[in-house]
Amino acid sequence: MARLNVNGKAVEVDAEPDTPLLWVIREQLGLTGTKYGCGVAQCGACTVHIDGAPVRTCIRPLSSVKPEQKIVTIEGLSPNANHPVQAAWLELDVPQCGYCQSGQMMAAAALLKNTPKPTDAQIVSAMSNICRCGTYNRIKAAIKLAAKKSA
Amino acid sequence: MTLDISRRHFVVGAAAAGGLSLGFHAPLDAQAAAATNPEINAWVVIQPDETVVVRIGRVEMGQGTLTGLAQLVAEELEADWSKVTTEYPTPGQNVARGRVWGDFQTAGSRGIRGSQDYMRKGGAAARIMLTQAAADAWGVPAAECTVAKGVITHTPSKRTTTFGKVAVAAAKLTPPAPAGIALKDPKTWTIAGKSQKRLDNKPKMNGAQIYSMDVKRPGMLNASIRMCPVFSGKLKSFDAAKVMGMPGVKKVVQVDDRSVAVVADTWWRAQKAVLALPVEWDLGPNAALNSAQIAETFKAGLTADQAFVGNKQGDAKAALAGAAKTIEAVYSFPYQHHVTMEPMNATALWTADKCEVWTSTQNAEAALATTATAAGLPVAKCEVYRHHLGGGFGRRSSRHDFVEQAVKIAKQMPGVPIKLIWSREEDMTHGSYHPSTQCKLTGGLDAQGNLTALHMRISGASILADLNPQALQGGADAATFQGLNPGGEEGVFGYGVPNLLVEHAMRNPAVPVGFWRGVNNNQNAIYLECFMDELAHTAGVDPLEFRRRLLGSKPKHLAVLNAVADKGGWGKPAPAGRFRGLSQHMGYGSYVAACAEVSVSAEGEVTVHKITAATDCGNVVNPGQVAFQIEGSFAYGLSALLHGEVVIKDGRSQATNFHNYPVIRMGEMPEVESIIMPSGGFWGGVGEPTIFVAAPAVLNAIYAATGKRVRSVPLANVDLKKA
Ligand code: FES
Ligand code: FES
Repeated sequence: MARLNVNGKAVEVDAEPDTPLLWVIREQLGLTGTKYGCGVAQCGACTVHIDGAPVRTCIRPLSSVKPEQKIVTIEGLSPNANHPVQAAWLELDVPQCGYCQSGQMMAAAALLKNTPKPTDAQIVSAMSNICRCGTYNRIKAAIKLAAKKSA
Repeated sequence: MTLDISRRHFVVGAAAAGGLSLGFHAPLDAQAAAATNPEINAWVVIQPDETVVVRIGRVEMGQGTLTGLAQLVAEELEADWSKVTTEYPTPGQNVARGRVWGDFQTAGSRGIRGSQDYMRKGGAAARIMLTQAAADAWGVPAAECTVAKGVITHTPSKRTTTFGKVAVAAAKLTPPAPAGIALKDPKTWTIAGKSQKRLDNKPKMNGAQIYSMDVKRPGMLNASIRMCPVFSGKLKSFDAAKVMGMPGVKKVVQVDDRSVAVVADTWWRAQKAVLALPVEWDLGPNAALNSAQIAETFKAGLTADQAFVGNKQGDAKAALAGAAKTIEAVYSFPYQHHVTMEPMNATALWTADKCEVWTSTQNAEAALATTATAAGLPVAKCEVYRHHLGGGFGRRSSRHDFVEQAVKIAKQMPGVPIKLIWSREEDMTHGSYHPSTQCKLTGGLDAQGNLTALHMRISGASILADLNPQALQGGADAATFQGLNPGGEEGVFGYGVPNLLVEHAMRNPAVPVGFWRGVNNNQNAIYLECFMDELAHTAGVDPLEFRRRLLGSKPKHLAVLNAVADKGGWGKPAPAGRFRGLSQHMGYGSYVAACAEVSVSAEGEVTVHKITAATDCGNVVNPGQVAFQIEGSFAYGLSALLHGEVVIKDGRSQATNFHNYPVIRMGEMPEVESIIMPSGGFWGGVGEPTIFVAAPAVLNAIYAATGKRVRSVPLANVDLKKA
């Protein structure tokens, strides 16, 4: 049994120590907003926050996460999907299929936390997540809108 | 020769009966339900709380079709848009009700154009019935009543009622004959034709949207699969005992003649075990197949005697022999993978008298047919529940291998729901790849620089020969000629060339191929539009002017080209270091053009700064969503141009994941300016068409920048360094 803190709650999970955090979150905890896209830290669909930093959980073994580290998934980003990033995403209708967007929003929220007014170059370097529907320009616009909203 | 790609599906046999007035049939259980049923017709259900549920046969995969179709129904219904929601009927219900919802196939950019007529009529019929029910209750003629925003008003007495109050009564009325239903002039639209927000995006904000990847069923187990890595290779043997003791493992099953799966309590445990499973493969006759061999085979086809003819005017060969000047070029396009963000998956539950499947599919009717066959049960005992797709792009339209496998695994564990997820590696190495082809073009100019003859010989893989051989016509695959046809919606060759010959020498290596956003229009547009640029430069004529001269009889082709030239600044100086390229093309009923602005560094690094795009899709239902589709199609098309190549070696795909099959990311995405210029009177698609023009416009701009003519994709393989 491993202990974790997910979205503000202490939980116990039954999984081998080498299980990627992604699958613990999806299968043991049933939080399916965090997505599997590649399993090799390439696409960012599995991004969550650990102590505020964006982490690609598909290569992050359960054993490397301490019980007191705060894991936040898309389900826990805000109580009513009203984080400035979520609000901007909805306002600009960013998602197409939407499959990549949990990871995109988690990456964007982490960026804005440390860099409240990011430049285009900062956005591009922080947002290496893949979107096959090609929503990149909308994502960029939504990050700027979110920055404005939280200012 | 034209091909109706709407037939590119595999319809459940008994359900394919034609001649039905779609959406107008009363429900099967009409009598029992009549007392309380607020289903006005197949398309429109009105709840007592005034919620309008629009039922939709097509599926949402990000392209916005759900919202667009709901807009069209709501428009004719005169509904309150803020009360509109959508629902997917199942393919089983569609079969049971004589296909009232029409074709479920969501491909070929047909979501709107292929269903707008019957769905608008469905909305209008419901409005007529609701109005009649209100008029009956008041004892007045329906003609004295008007409808707006879900409220029915008897104009002379100013009495009002709402849809919700009369829905049950309306549902009992005889529907009006579809033929007599008048539809609104798009010019008077108030809900359609406007950039409404998407109806499906809210649950995507906090992880609430359930894709089939996220399905949970009581008692469900998870499966991970390994298929023979070599195309058409087989499974020889495996040693289940070696992994049965691993945590969570329940069973190791042979799925079919090429694959084995491990079933475990969680997918991760199944995946770990299937990777640890000792397996022997029978690699079969393709074990040595490689890209170089395939290229040789295609090259031979460029000059082979036998070829299918797709378009012919005059006598191209004779005219070329007599031309003042001829030029020749050979282009090529590689195999590519769809890489939907959501890897293939399906959940199946099999018992002796029922089989249910939950999956993301572009064609749930085909998925149902696959389910029934794999389950060994009649269609009537099977059902497929649809989920929004985490990307489709054609991969989920006509190859339901993942559904077949899920059912075959579930059949070996009766009563237990099994969720099969392909790892990204299995997904990439078992694609339904974009076909690879080559094309030799020969053009003849007269002394004045006019194009008098053009011969295009395409050689390469046929999608239909692989996926649906019954659709071949005398052995020919008409889809190969998309965008090069003399007529039809698949794509009309625009240029007035007096002597034209377009041919296809079919060569089908053992690489599975399928429909891929844009399909054959993508490389055909590169071949033709880059070669037109070559001809213009050879003739010493400006590429815009050269095209304009040849598009005199094709005003719609010409209009989009002129629009991008104008907005894109063609003929005016570009910002320092930037160069422009043009292209135009027609396909899936729409006319599209692009003007790309590109710079190339001394090291040969290409930056696509901006693309101006124009589309004439006849009627526009949601301009905002059309603009999104243009951006998305450019991302997809530029990804293909910059990076897209599946190399074949040792009979298998060398692409296994994003590290060796890179795709475009934010940093490579250009600014996109969209010109949406519907000229009315027809319905064209929007999900795919603009993709055609992205790559050739960029390649032509690269020529303008460097003087180097790139004739192969992807650009990652091309050295553009300054010599
Ligand atoms: S699934 Fe983790 S980065 Fe792709
Ligand atoms: S919205 Fe579909 S992959 Fe990003």
